[in-house]
Amino acid sequence: MHTAAGVEACLPIRSDMDLVWVRQHVRQAAARLGFGLVDQTKLVTAASELARNTLVHGGGGQLEVSLVTADGVSGLRLAFSDSGPGIPDLERALSDGYTSGDGLGMGLGGARRLVHDFEVESVPGSGTTVRVTSWVGRPPRPREEV
Amino acid sequence: MPEHEAGGTLGTSTLEVRDFLRRRREQIAQRWADEPLFRTVFTVSRDEAVEAGKAVVDALAQVADSQRVEDPDAAGFTGVREQLARMGAARSRAGLSATQMSSELAALWPPVENLLVADLDQAPPEELRECSTTLSVLMGTLRLVAMQTALSEGQALIDRQRLQLLEVATPVIKLWDGIVAVPLIGTLDSARSQVVMETLLNAVVDQHARFAILDITGVPTVDSLVAQHLMKTVAAARLMGAECVVSGIRPAIAQTIVHLGLDLGTVKTRASLADALGYCLHELGANIVNATPDGAGRR
Ligand SMILES: Nc1ncnc2c1ncn2[C@@H]1O[C@H](COP(=O)(O)OP(=O)(O)OP(=O)(O)O)[C@@H](O)[C@H]1O
Ligand SMILES: [Mg+2]
Repeated sequence: MHTAAGVEACLPIRSDMDLVWVRQHVRQAAARLGFGLVDQTKLVTAASELARNTLVHGGGGQLEVSLVTADGVSGLRLAFSDSGPGIPDLERALSDGYTSGDGLGMGLGGARRLVHDFEVESVPGSGTTVRVTSWVGRPPRPREEV
Repeated sequence: MPEHEAGGTLGTSTLEVRDFLRRRREQIAQRWADEPLFRTVFTVSRDEAVEAGKAVVDALAQVADSQRVEDPDAAGFTGVREQLARMGAARSRAGLSATQMSSELAALWPPVENLLVADLDQAPPEELRECSTTLSVLMGTLRLVAMQTALSEGQALIDRQRLQLLEVATPVIKLWDGIVAVPLIGTLDSARSQVVMETLLNAVVDQHARFAILDITGVPTVDSLVAQHLMKTVAAARLMGAECVVSGIRPAIAQTIVHLGLDLGTVKTRASLADALGYCLHELGANIVNATPDGAGRR
């Protein structure tokens, strides 16, 4: 339904310093696209959570940023991918408070609440990709009830 | 472009070099993966090192194809510039000097040369010599491109580190007898929040503070890790007998925290530093005569 207008950037996620870049890049891209301050903050915060998961749980990976449009609405799509251990029980990982480390366990579920579209593709043993999209203003179609 | 299309022999040998690179792509990449430059950058998986090596070989083949082996600006290099920059940055982060990096780049040549010699051992000697010369020129150009990108990336790294240093400076300000404040600015990662916590706890002890204000006006992103650090700091200050107040939570951040699902219920918060100070003064029983007209002391 949406047409990706191509990958805008591809950023490595290998160190804490890279997380700083991820946040800055996402904030700038969102601002350029016309996101308001609150929506920018939400998207950047989601990106921060997901990038840290890529680094900490996935052993490092990358972020692909693309601009998308659908029904005349533009959006920013972020794809975080790693080739780490994968998430064996996605439902549990998404539930608030579950952590396999010593985090708060709020990152994954929280990130889902901060964006319009959220999908996880994870194969135990071979890696995880989390794709999120936020739209400028209203999403182009009503969110499907899950 | 024509100016790089030097003598006729160079023309045929570059094409031969191109074919060699395409044919031996996998082997070259495999050998490079064991060289320090690739091995130390791609520590997570060897496959990644091999992939990165293949990308470089492909670029070299493309440059040879365009007959521009001496030209660092050849279009063929464009695709690997970013990758080379990242590798260069990783090496300089590891403390390598430009000279050391240059010799790591030079070390990529012998494995390629060995393969070339093995491939052309039946060919006439001058053909081998020509191909070898062309290939070594091409490798030299690669080295130049890598050094160029590494140096410009080096400058970016310095700028970044300067910023980071600024962020690490964490002053503790005494606002009143018994009240200290820490204005936090920038990224609150684990290392930095450790510094903040220690500085704050020391100040609490040294100044017999009963209140500590953490002002996060200058923190651009509050995610679960930052929240966790804040809560730990608050808990630690509490153990030292001081109450912490977090101030400067901007509206956009407040909304984000709620969506994220973070519960800062155990943390005392105030909108601004002035509000926080007003609260602390009130708790200390200080009597404020002539409060500012807009009521900074009240809430
Ligand atoms: N990319 C990933 N690869 C493997 N496992 C993951 C990945 N992302 C999340 N997980 C798993 O899902 C769990 C929940 O993730 P979540 O981000 O919610 O919490 P956390 O990272 O443990 O803590 P925090 O609240 O600090 O983010 C993680 O503890 C981890 O086990
Ligand atoms: Mg997390």
